[in-house]
Amino acid sequence: MNEDAPPFVHLQDVRLTYGHGDRTVEALGTTNLKVGKGDFVALVGPSGCGKSTILKLVTGLIPASAGWVFVAQREVGAEPVRVGMAFQNPTLLPWLTIRQNVMLPLKIVPPFRQQYRAKKKTEFRDRADALLEQVGLAGFGDKFPWQLSGGMLQRASLCRALIHDPQLLMLDEPFGALDQFTREELWAILQDLWLTRRPTVLLVTHDLKEAGYLANRVCVMRARPGRIVEDCAVDFVRPRTIEMTYEPGFVSLTQRLRELIVSARAPDAAVESAA
Amino acid sequence: MTYALRRRLNSAAVIIGFFVVWELACVIFHIKEIVLPRPSQVFETLWLQAPAIWPHTVQTLYTTLVGFALGIISGVLLGVLIGSSRLAYDTGYPLLIGFSSIPKVAVVPIFVLWFGAGTVPAVLTAMIMSLFPIVVNVATGLATTEPELEDVMKALRATKLDILFNVGLPRAMPYFFASLKVSVTLAFVGTVIAETVASNQGIGNLMMIASSSFDVPLVFAGLLVLALLGVGLYAIFSLIEGRVIGWARRKDDAGFA
Repeated sequence: MNEDAPPFVHLQDVRLTYGHGDRTVEALGTTNLKVGKGDFVALVGPSGCGKSTILKLVTGLIPASAGWVFVAQREVGAEPVRVGMAFQNPTLLPWLTIRQNVMLPLKIVPPFRQQYRAKKKTEFRDRADALLEQVGLAGFGDKFPWQLSGGMLQRASLCRALIHDPQLLMLDEPFGALDQFTREELWAILQDLWLTRRPTVLLVTHDLKEAGYLANRVCVMRARPGRIVEDCAVDFVRPRTIEMTYEPGFVSLTQRLRELIVSARAPDAAVESAA
Repeated sequence: MTYALRRRLNSAAVIIGFFVVWELACVIFHIKEIVLPRPSQVFETLWLQAPAIWPHTVQTLYTTLVGFALGIISGVLLGVLIGSSRLAYDTGYPLLIGFSSIPKVAVVPIFVLWFGAGTVPAVLTAMIMSLFPIVVNVATGLATTEPELEDVMKALRATKLDILFNVGLPRAMPYFFASLKVSVTLAFVGTVIAETVASNQGIGNLMMIASSSFDVPLVFAGLLVLALLGVGLYAIFSLIEGRVIGWARRKDDAGFA
């Protein structure tokens, strides 16, 4: 990342609290995060540490209690940035075919939305099919979600997150519910997609191997209150491979991340045993 | 013989069997015509009096359909309002439940007072009878939309209307059609109640006159007409339902094809 370029995503002294008075819960302590344009950042940490909260703040789904969230140098919500999002559940709409599901963002997001009627049967359709082919779902466009397996749905969900060429891609444990082999296959696909399109990616994950394989930076978070405690650069050459994850350099990275998370959990465990 | 055909034959046999048992019971137990006419008498009356019954049938069907259509329109609008706004939910629901708890027979005289006897009170009664299930179902369908689905749309900066038309309403469709099938029969009930109380036309009025002259077979002929109309409309809405929301009933159809 070029240090002089303004960050694409910028959290400045952001805090998020729920409730008020004595019952205030601090979901996210004062947090600062800068992500450069086209960067790939993974957020890891124990559950409840506010990883998903950061994604929701950056997409403007929830407002910050204090501080500022900037995307493309504008306050979040005001910026004309296209955002793609994928969750642990594929959340496809059951009444639409896979292709129609993938094309949904084109129906909503400008400038595609104005052309949707004219191009839905030609250019947009081809675009969806090309993307489906890229994730290994060629020929499944006319199927309905219930006809596909969980892994296939997650691929389709990834296509939906990417169809409108988002500058910002938010992935909230997108591969959490999949088996190891499907997961590794989708890592490679996601890496390809990132290398060719270069969106700015924020990935929330529990899988340290996944974080190391995919990201340029891994931010380790801790809970109560949620905050970022460590920001590790990951500079293995791309494209990365599964074999690489067994090399000593990679193993020592995941070990280090693991230790950081364990130590982040430690005071937590002490509190629980005291109570 | 295919499975589907056998199923149809079975159900037809059961329906015919019902009338046969009825007929036999009347004959065996010597039940008088004035208490319970035999089905053959009812069909005979229906056949012989058809020219007299027909205009009443048309009137009742017309009244019911107009009332039902108004019920659907206002029901969907109210349902969308209640299902998508917290305030409307909190204030609208108690009002609606209170209103629907009132027996509709009690409301007909008020309608007659406002609009005079005839078609208008019947249309309005059919409408308010069919309204409640539609409102409740549409509101439930909208209010139970998964938050993650909404997050997907909000992340795309979708407007409230976008979310309503692309997620909320399609998701509420199965609920909506379930309520239509209940409501269409209720609409008939509403029409007939109003016709019985305050009208000089319609099946309700026909049955009223027939029973006051102890023409019991004609009363039953009226009931039969109502039942047939109800079944017919129910079938039509089932058919539309199957077309529109096949995705929600996938298990009935072929699987991976």
